[in-house]
Amino acid sequence: MKRIEAVNDFVIKFANVNGSGSASANELFAKAVMRMGVPVSPRNIFPSNIQGLPTWYEARVCEKGYHGRRGGVDMMVAMNPQTWDTDMAEIEPGGYLLYDSTRPIPPDRFPEGVHVLGVPLTEIVNEAYADPRQRQLFKNIAYIGALAALLDMEDGVFEKLFAEQYRGKERLLDANMKALHLGRDYALAHLPCPLGLRMRRADRVGDQIFTDGNSAAALGLIYGGATVAAWYPITPSSSIPEAFEKYCHKFRVEASTGQHRFAIVQAEDELASIGMVVGAGWNGARAFTATSGPGVSLMTEFIGLAYFAEVPVTIIDVQRGGPSTGMPTRTQQSDLIACAYASHGDTKHVLLLPQDPHECFEHSAAALDLADRLQTPIFVMTDLDIGMNQRLCKPFVWDDARSYDRGKVMTREELEAGKDFGRYKDVDGDGIPWRTLPGTHPTKGAFFTRGTTRDPYARYSERGTDYVYNMERLLRKFRTAAALVPQPVHRPASQPTRFGVIYFGSTSPAMHEALDVLQAEGVHLDGLRLRAFPFPESVPEFIAAHEKVFVVEQNRDAQMHSMLVNELDIDPARLVRVLHYDGTPITARFIAGAIRKNMVWHKEYA
Amino acid sequence: MTFIAKPRLHHPTLQTNKVGYTRRDYEGRISTLCAGCGHDSISAAIIQACWELDIEPHRVAKLSGIGCSSKTPDYFLGASHGFNTVHGRMPSVLTGANLANRELLYLGVSGDGDSASIGLGQFANAMRRGVRMAYIVENNGVYGLTKGQFSATADQGSKSKKGVVNNDSPVDLVGLALQLGATYVARSFSGDKAQLVPLIKGAMAHGGAAFIDVISPCVTFNNHGGSTKSYDYVRQHNDAVSRIDFITPGQEITAEYAPGELVEVTNHDGSLLRLRKLHADHDPTDRYAAMNYMHQHAAHGEVVTGLLYLDPLATDLHTALNTCAVPLASLGPDRLCPGAAALEKINAALR
Repeated sequence: MKRIEAVNDFVIKFANVNGSGSASANELFAKAVMRMGVPVSPRNIFPSNIQGLPTWYEARVCEKGYHGRRGGVDMMVAMNPQTWDTDMAEIEPGGYLLYDSTRPIPPDRFPEGVHVLGVPLTEIVNEAYADPRQRQLFKNIAYIGALAALLDMEDGVFEKLFAEQYRGKERLLDANMKALHLGRDYALAHLPCPLGLRMRRADRVGDQIFTDGNSAAALGLIYGGATVAAWYPITPSSSIPEAFEKYCHKFRVEASTGQHRFAIVQAEDELASIGMVVGAGWNGARAFTATSGPGVSLMTEFIGLAYFAEVPVTIIDVQRGGPSTGMPTRTQQSDLIACAYASHGDTKHVLLLPQDPHECFEHSAAALDLADRLQTPIFVMTDLDIGMNQRLCKPFVWDDARSYDRGKVMTREELEAGKDFGRYKDVDGDGIPWRTLPGTHPTKGAFFTRGTTRDPYARYSERGTDYVYNMERLLRKFRTAAALVPQPVHRPASQPTRFGVIYFGSTSPAMHEALDVLQAEGVHLDGLRLRAFPFPESVPEFIAAHEKVFVVEQNRDAQMHSMLVNELDIDPARLVRVLHYDGTPITARFIAGAIRKNMVWHKEYA
Repeated sequence: MTFIAKPRLHHPTLQTNKVGYTRRDYEGRISTLCAGCGHDSISAAIIQACWELDIEPHRVAKLSGIGCSSKTPDYFLGASHGFNTVHGRMPSVLTGANLANRELLYLGVSGDGDSASIGLGQFANAMRRGVRMAYIVENNGVYGLTKGQFSATADQGSKSKKGVVNNDSPVDLVGLALQLGATYVARSFSGDKAQLVPLIKGAMAHGGAAFIDVISPCVTFNNHGGSTKSYDYVRQHNDAVSRIDFITPGQEITAEYAPGELVEVTNHDGSLLRLRKLHADHDPTDRYAAMNYMHQHAAHGEVVTGLLYLDPLATDLHTALNTCAVPLASLGPDRLCPGAAALEKINAALR
């Protein structure tokens, strides 16, 4: 029987039951791969449920460093009888199945062409541990031990990880080590070790870090100087304020008094959470909320107020499957239009589009600067795929010389010196007016903030000319934003081509792989990775320079495509939609397939 | 909100307070509310209270929601920053503002539609969190800006101007505030300035969430025979629980000869609330007795006014969150950013 032969390049999937304690064991495996110098990208695939339903952890091991989801499974660790049949169907021909063989499974339940590896996990751990919870937890560690032998993983990798994790907790260290060795010893004694799938030490990780986008965003907000956080729990964003709070306790507690240089409120709902952020932003604090699509829906009235009243606001939107409750634990990029044009009337909002945890950090810190500079809501558009999965990425960087851009805030001294203050007056020609903070001056600079229209001196006005001046100035400000936001990243093809592709956010890793795959086939495309909305000048230039441009995104309605057409007045015929929206992260296979299919119409590729 | 700027005429002999301001310095733009609107009386009471308290106007942040009542912050304290937010959600904006800068005084102005209907949740949660503010509801039982619909505080059985009878039972914001943990709860009447001004002064000086429900008749839509929020009804049924004096720290306490029991309560800032109790059976420091008392009187159609409950040792959200004394809005990178070396340690831990 043919078997898959691959070194440092395979997909392994763990099928578990939610709440069984498998997550930490599976993460241990991924970390061990990384410690062997081999890039790994794991993904949690989990239901909207607390306990008892199926959950999967899919780790792609890829020495070439592609972090996108590949598709297909080379080895399944099947620990959930409920999903047995669907799990079996995913295994590639010649692939491997590792299962708990304590209770016999009829031979007809095993798929053909798959190498079956039984380890009596329940039996082994039941003999070794008396406590029921330990028996459950260590079954997971035991299968990791078996994998270590089967994949020929380096000796000592797991032991070192355990030693770091359980430093000072000797009993836990010993118990875990024992479970690991039980699995490994069984595999070595009874199974054909090593398999066709193998691990070999490489040097492909470098100084990269392994973290998730939500923790990274929280850290970016710490470094960027957010002091007020108001939030309401919602998957997949809740771990942002939770991580923010953790970092605050680490870095923002005054040593002498024990007092906090932060305020975090779990609000009663999304309306209150954005309301608090608006109030704090109005009063000069850097404030943020984190939410997902349904939360953004609830926040839209306040977002409109913040846009029109020009209050700095930072919103981290970790997108999930919509509309409505949609698929709360699956990923999408389907809040683009809802955020870009949130609220009634004519509005346009700044969106930042990070591709990985590194950029979640960078963009979250930048969002606070941009919010102050532009006095407007800034959205950081991440998604569940980046937010809740760990990914290898460039290490975080901070320049200690960097100070915060507090924007145009007129001081008491400037007011005292007689500087003209018109809250909504465009004195600098960039559309950004000056503001004062409450309490600044006893007699000068106070103004009334409101959602109704006003004149440049913030006086209530229903005159059409005042309204138009204001709306035009807001548009001018939005154009100014295009130069301040993170600029697109070009990825030119290795030779001149008439074809281009536009992509953004969590699609990027799969996209880079797809471009390499296509290039190997002789299909050349120039890539442009968007990092923000509004679109800088280089975006229409890129489109104009190509006969056809693919727009790859993870939603049904081609939202980015619509925004490009709408904002840049592009002929829609020049743009080709490549859409993936089943809730799973997009794969290179899917992208390359979609582009290839379209290219069939073009005999000449380049 | 008005198109008309108020003339800045100052009479040379106008009396100034300790911080050098005249009463005129606490005024705002000309009101565009209907002549005789109770809300304008409340604005006048706020002006009087702030002047008497020697508050520098720019140290007050005034926030409101949407509606007739929420327009009023434009009509007082013109040198203060104001924020007319969205319908019913002033409390969250005020909470955020308060978290950003604890050094200012926060005045929240709202209406019954704003706080008891669309904003009931925010009202409740702001009370429960103990946000330090004076929260004034200008309660007329009606939606004035949209021309006369019932609000959630309209009494069951009361009639609209068009003769429609309200079938729904009313939301009692005072009862809710008491239950939710507000530490200063009062009710007053816009037509009783002698009672209202000291109540506002007490609320402004209070160390936690202070709430005043002010019955403020709507002369256009809800000031007729069938209304329980009309001037006539409130005057006939007003049952004052106390008369209060507010005395700022250091101010001479004059002898008191008025009849009735006298209760003196010292606030955390040293100010003194002196209550002349008209009802000897009411203890203003007993939250549960206050709830009982109010409900008993309400059952007889009486509108109990005065200071119903006070916790002189109240703390606020900042105490609960243990925030630093310096306003969060004023902290710079030196106090907030852990720096590159700390980041390198984090990077190392993620490898």
